[in-house]
Amino acid sequence: MARKLPMYKAISEAIAQEMERDKNVFVMGEDIGAYGGIFGATSGLLEKFGPERVRDTPITESAFIGAALGAASKGMRPIVELMFVDFFGVAMDQIYNHIAKAHYMSGGQVKMPIVITTAMGGGYSDAAQHSQCLYGLFAHVPGLKIVIPSNSYDAKGLMISAIRDDNPVMYFFHKGLMGLGWMPSPPEAAVEVPEEPYTVPIGEAKVVREGSDVTIVGVAKTVHEGIWAAEELEKEGMSAEVIDLRSLVPLDKKTLLESVKKTGRLVIADEDYRSYGMSGEIIATVVENGISLEAPPVRVAYPDVPVPYSRVLEKYVLPDKEKIINAVKSIM
Amino acid sequence: MEKVEEIPKETLLEIYKTMHKIRTYEETLAKWYYEGKTPRFDISAGPIPGELHLSSGQESAAVGVCLHLKPEDAVVGTHRAHHFAIAKGVDLKKMTAEIFGKATGLSGGKGGHMHLFDAYQNFSCSGIVGASFPQAVGVGIAAKLKGEDYVAVAVGGDGAANQGTFHEALNLAAIWKLPVIFVIEDNSWAISVPKEKSTAVSKNSERAAAYGVPGVSVDGTDVIAVYEVAKEAVERARRGEGPTLIEIKVYRLRGHFEGDPQHYRPKEDLELAKQKDPLLNFEKALLEKGIVTEEELNKIKEENIKEVQEAIDFAVNSPYPEPEEALKAVFAGGE
Repeated sequence: MARKLPMYKAISEAIAQEMERDKNVFVMGEDIGAYGGIFGATSGLLEKFGPERVRDTPITESAFIGAALGAASKGMRPIVELMFVDFFGVAMDQIYNHIAKAHYMSGGQVKMPIVITTAMGGGYSDAAQHSQCLYGLFAHVPGLKIVIPSNSYDAKGLMISAIRDDNPVMYFFHKGLMGLGWMPSPPEAAVEVPEEPYTVPIGEAKVVREGSDVTIVGVAKTVHEGIWAAEELEKEGMSAEVIDLRSLVPLDKKTLLESVKKTGRLVIADEDYRSYGMSGEIIATVVENGISLEAPPVRVAYPDVPVPYSRVLEKYVLPDKEKIINAVKSIM
Repeated sequence: MEKVEEIPKETLLEIYKTMHKIRTYEETLAKWYYEGKTPRFDISAGPIPGELHLSSGQESAAVGVCLHLKPEDAVVGTHRAHHFAIAKGVDLKKMTAEIFGKATGLSGGKGGHMHLFDAYQNFSCSGIVGASFPQAVGVGIAAKLKGEDYVAVAVGGDGAANQGTFHEALNLAAIWKLPVIFVIEDNSWAISVPKEKSTAVSKNSERAAAYGVPGVSVDGTDVIAVYEVAKEAVERARRGEGPTLIEIKVYRLRGHFEGDPQHYRPKEDLELAKQKDPLLNFEKALLEKGIVTEEELNKIKEENIKEVQEAIDFAVNSPYPEPEEALKAVFAGGE
């Protein structure tokens, strides 16, 4: 049986089902117990599984994320939540020097079945230290898988895949898609979700709208902005294909390249910073594979500025439907 | 409040005025925050969008400490920093305009409520828990290298005292004998996590011993006690005798952020906070001891209400920044 679920409920349901299935799965993080996660991703878990397996932590990210490594080395499958991706700086060493590299450095002796969950994204005036995406930063480091759902169906399936994966998976959820009620979220993000457990494979993108003139590549919120843009463009006779990457690492090059080969035009919609990130990686992938485009690719990404607070400033720099439409029109 | 009679009346009135101003400001701001957010709470809506962390109940910490500071002294605050900003003397109009995202704000609308900067008052704050401590250490190093007598105050909550930065910075300040005052505002809650579940010692001031630093715990419901403890710490720092850790026990009168349902918080805890209100406590002591009259307090209250209203009016009537401003000032020395 499927029912419409907001993303936050799909995520907590996935975790609960995996905790029931596998006693090695446990959760640590700030306000993930009694509060149920600031963004609801662990709602109901404390009541179901108790404080041993659902552990509220002090504000000690280096310690509890580093501890995930130790627990994983003994066969546990920790899920650790760090409220906002912006906060990761305080625990970065444990992530990029240890969790990401332990399998490789140990010559494969040590597995790291860890899921690190975090909230990302802006659009609600939370300013420079609570609105970033930063997935490019983590995708840059070898050894971390990166998944980012855009709707509740993918959210549940990707979470189950992430928990069952023997590698560290960074699981990003966009605050503006969670369906929290107190934060705007498009209805399209809350879709039918089967009650029973299922997986969405990590590393598989999805063509969420077919088209022939241009490929719009997005992830999380920009997938929806891309679809809305495509709907507008269709009225003006332009046919846009929209790809939801869903995973940044591994990147589904096949789906990307097939689409761009077909359309010959490329627009990347990326809420992360523009330079040295996802948008550049997509273009490099297309170019390296010898696909000749009919027009230069366009990046609708966050310009290289910190996220400003004032609503008018943030709106000016945040990638959205209008900016994607303008980008498409500029190369048609 | 035993020592209240030893303090000059002028100082007592200044303490009262600043505490009351902060309370008036926070409660007024809360009203504005919920504009456009009712009946359905939408964090992105209204004249003040985004998160808002108010300091009601914690005024004594800011006022008791900052009264000993000069503009050259630095305060590095937290995500909940309005009380310290006001007590430090940050321009109320510009601060309010910043919170409303206006061009006339401290940062022209780029920073917002969690990122208030006032270079003249040497005030800053941020949204990252525990970030203040090392930064204050740096101010201490600058004072030492430049041969100046200014001091730095780093503020953190009881939650922040479990961050590595707190411990690393305490150690640095201790070994280098830096003029830094570490202030832990213990309001017992790190969002939903109560202190007894995050911290094995009952008082964070005990942790000072691990770094060879004096540690003092003080009851924040008594602003005069805070004032006295802070006086000693600031003087000690100015004399070049090194850092002090002060833990101030305060009570959070509101949620972690506005809109926080607080379902994790026992009702009795909120009731306790109301009983421990440092502003009411101080007002009561001043009146009971016959130090001030109702009329004197009313006059102060009216002045504060007027000043806060002027700051709000200034913010509301100011223009928003030009959208293109978003792209400017990433780097110094040009656009």
